[in-house]
Amino acid sequence: MIPGPAFVILAVVLFVLGVVAFFLKRDLLTQFMAVEVMLNAANLAFLALSHPQDRAEAQVIVFFILTVAAAEAVVGTAIILHVFRQRKTVRTEDMGGLKG
Amino acid sequence: MAESFWLIPLIPGLSSFVLLLAGSRFSRRWISLQACVAVLASFVLSAAAFVRVLGTPAAALGKTFLAWISSGVFFVPLALTMDPLSVLMCLVVTSVGFLIHVYSIGYMAEDCDYSRYFGFLNLFTFFMLVLVTASNIVLMFIGWEGVGLCSYLLIGFWFERPAAAQAGMKAFIVNRIGDAAFIIGLLFVMLNVRSGDFAAINRAAAGGALAPGLATLIAILLFVGATGKSAQIPLYVWLPDAMEGPTPVSALIHAATMVTAGVYMVSRLNGLYSASAAAGQVVAYAGAATAVFAATMALVQTDIKRILAYSTISQIGYMFIGCGVGAYAAGMFHLVTHAFFKALLFLGAGSVIHALSGEQDIRKMGGLRKHLPLTFYSFLAATLAISGLPFFSGFFSKDAILTSAFSSGHYAVWVLGLLGAVLTAFYMFRLFFMTFTGSERLSEEARHHLHESSPVMTVPLLVLAILSVIGGYVGLPAVFGVKADAIGRFLEPVVGSVGLGFPAALEWNLILVATAAALGGLFVAYLFYIRYLGLPGRLAGRFPGLYRLVYGKYFVDEIYDALLVRSAVRGAEFVYDHFDLPVIDGALNGSAGAAGAAGRGLSRLQTGLIKDYALSFLLGVVVFVGVILFWAR
Amino acid sequence: MAWIIFLLLSVLCVGSVAAMIISRNQAHNALFLVLCFACLGGIFGLLDAAFVAVVQILIYAGAIMVLFLFAIMMIDLKKAFPPERKRIVRILSAVLGGVFFIELILVARKALLTASGPAAAGAGNAAGIGHLLLTDYLFPFEITSLLLVAAIVGAVTLAGKKEPS
Repeated sequence: MIPGPAFVILAVVLFVLGVVAFFLKRDLLTQFMAVEVMLNAANLAFLALSHPQDRAEAQVIVFFILTVAAAEAVVGTAIILHVFRQRKTVRTEDMGGLKG
Repeated sequence: MAESFWLIPLIPGLSSFVLLLAGSRFSRRWISLQACVAVLASFVLSAAAFVRVLGTPAAALGKTFLAWISSGVFFVPLALTMDPLSVLMCLVVTSVGFLIHVYSIGYMAEDCDYSRYFGFLNLFTFFMLVLVTASNIVLMFIGWEGVGLCSYLLIGFWFERPAAAQAGMKAFIVNRIGDAAFIIGLLFVMLNVRSGDFAAINRAAAGGALAPGLATLIAILLFVGATGKSAQIPLYVWLPDAMEGPTPVSALIHAATMVTAGVYMVSRLNGLYSASAAAGQVVAYAGAATAVFAATMALVQTDIKRILAYSTISQIGYMFIGCGVGAYAAGMFHLVTHAFFKALLFLGAGSVIHALSGEQDIRKMGGLRKHLPLTFYSFLAATLAISGLPFFSGFFSKDAILTSAFSSGHYAVWVLGLLGAVLTAFYMFRLFFMTFTGSERLSEEARHHLHESSPVMTVPLLVLAILSVIGGYVGLPAVFGVKADAIGRFLEPVVGSVGLGFPAALEWNLILVATAAALGGLFVAYLFYIRYLGLPGRLAGRFPGLYRLVYGKYFVDEIYDALLVRSAVRGAEFVYDHFDLPVIDGALNGSAGAAGAAGRGLSRLQTGLIKDYALSFLLGVVVFVGVILFWAR
Repeated sequence: MAWIIFLLLSVLCVGSVAAMIISRNQAHNALFLVLCFACLGGIFGLLDAAFVAVVQILIYAGAIMVLFLFAIMMIDLKKAFPPERKRIVRILSAVLGGVFFIELILVARKALLTASGPAAAGAGNAAGIGHLLLTDYLFPFEITSLLLVAAIVGAVTLAGKKEPS
């Protein structure tokens, strides 16, 4: 039997990797993908922690997270495309319009 | 009607409130009507209260509005009282006040700030009436401060004139110094007597509840406050300068009412002053010294109002002599008669100044008898009264004071008082002769509008003249038997009686001496200013140093300035440079600067780059989770 | 047996994310991520969440990553992307990442230690989830559909026809 903690550790590792990925990358799309990684790590954590009790609520929550992540990915991608069309770049350093 | 005596201060107060807020929109006719009727109403109510108090002298009327301050030992109700002393003051204030209000209608007719003037005048009346009807020392102090404020406002009424503005400030500041002492005395009273009520204070002092040293200290502190308000040595210096204000103001505030507040205060606290022999001595000697000192300065002044100002200072000294030797009724008696003839003197002077288009130097007057007959006769009545010549009011009141001084053993005071009487008669008749008799020394512009004033100004003069003549008969000396000393008997429930039992022969002798003194002064004035006109000039030439000393008012103002004012100003400038600017302004500007710098610093976090914002997120989350881990249980 | 599968899948998962970090090619990144999500689907299965595992593969690996790939194609960048240049950002993210990692482990420990509760019966299947969705979680369910409509409308508006410049 696989012990519960293993899954949780995996989830934590994935999450931190996602965070690090966000900071180490310079293009918007990949940063967005790192956010998706973080979301998945959260899903894994939910399921791992509820596994001993074997309840369905956790899976319902994961289901919702998935749905919302999908919607968010759609809109996010649309925005990125829009930005690219306007500025011809997806480098985040070039997007300092909110300065000050 | 006497039950509503508490309306006496309120009606003028309400009128002043209306006038000061909205008066500029009213017509002159309405303003005059409202202001004068307000004071007249107070007079009528005072008269009703007087009748009531006369009937039941022992039972004082009282009314408490609310418990104003209630903090441990410090309990002060807003309460008024109407006993013989306060009803007498009310009558004086409202009667003289009413006449002066009427007079002002004529005197200030051409002034643009009509409503402001009458507003302030009514406001003063309100505060003065609060002062005299208050049942406790704190409420009286409110009135005390209020009349000081109105004095400042009215002295500097023509504030565009720098001399007037400065005179107003001087009056207020000198008063303030006296008030500082007064407040300390007041605090001692509250601490030791556990009440500000006058009856309680007098009872405590008389009953020995106050240690004698303490009673003396309190009495002297309060008296210092009185020297400021009533212009005695050492705080009299503001009164001559106060003549910059309109003449009716000088008449009302600086002759008849506000400056007598100190005398009222001492009389009101007669228990305290009688309990402390030392304080009584201080009051009497201060009064006597002031009486003579001010009289000498009046001898050589040339401005008609200044002579009257020094005369006021001197006469109030007499009132304090009376109070100091224990004859409070005598002091109050002189207060009443002085109100009549001094107000009359000022209003008459105002009439003269008005007629001469603003001339105030008596060297440029003379021979006005035929031009201003009514003013002439009323002024003469007042001069006779103030000089203490027999059958006029001043004679009786001055005699009461001098007799009390002599018979209570204060012989030095009596001598000083007598000397003052001689000087008074002299300088007053000097003033009278130089203004109204002799050759006309008028300039062309003064001659231009020479005319007797309108009835609205002359009728008050006549009324006051009548009062100056007959006003003395309420205080006949004891030698006149049964009808004697009505005023003394009236005030007895409040101030006690002096109970002087001395032989009639002594009293007659004292009367004769006083009369001789007055006549002597008159005679010398006659010699100097009617007979041998060159005499004053030659005398001044023989003693030039002495003349300059007295003419320069003994340089008291200059001494005060060098000793006190300069260092105070320098101290204030020092504090300004080293504390006000760097610390207070610095703190204010510094905090503003710090806020700005913090804002600028923090705004550098807003780089606009997503990654930097994300870093802040991460940092926040790390801290947050850390807190939950290690602190939250 | 389960152990081996778990190890395999988790190594693949972490490895693909690491590869994503290292690789500079966007398309490669996306493909690595597909792999990661697929492995995660497997792990979900190991956790007795069959329905969620299938949904994960269908939607995440299947739909969302394909969407990303389409976006990459449309953006069509020629150059590769070197990683973050600024040293401060690298150091700070490494430090904070490490601290965060430790913190999360501690939190996880605490959560695992206090785990308890009765086991509900037979809940991990589609019927069980469906039942919950349509009774206790009905409101979120309906709201989510609204959310999806909003997302669609938004995406169409934003990525629609080019505006005349």
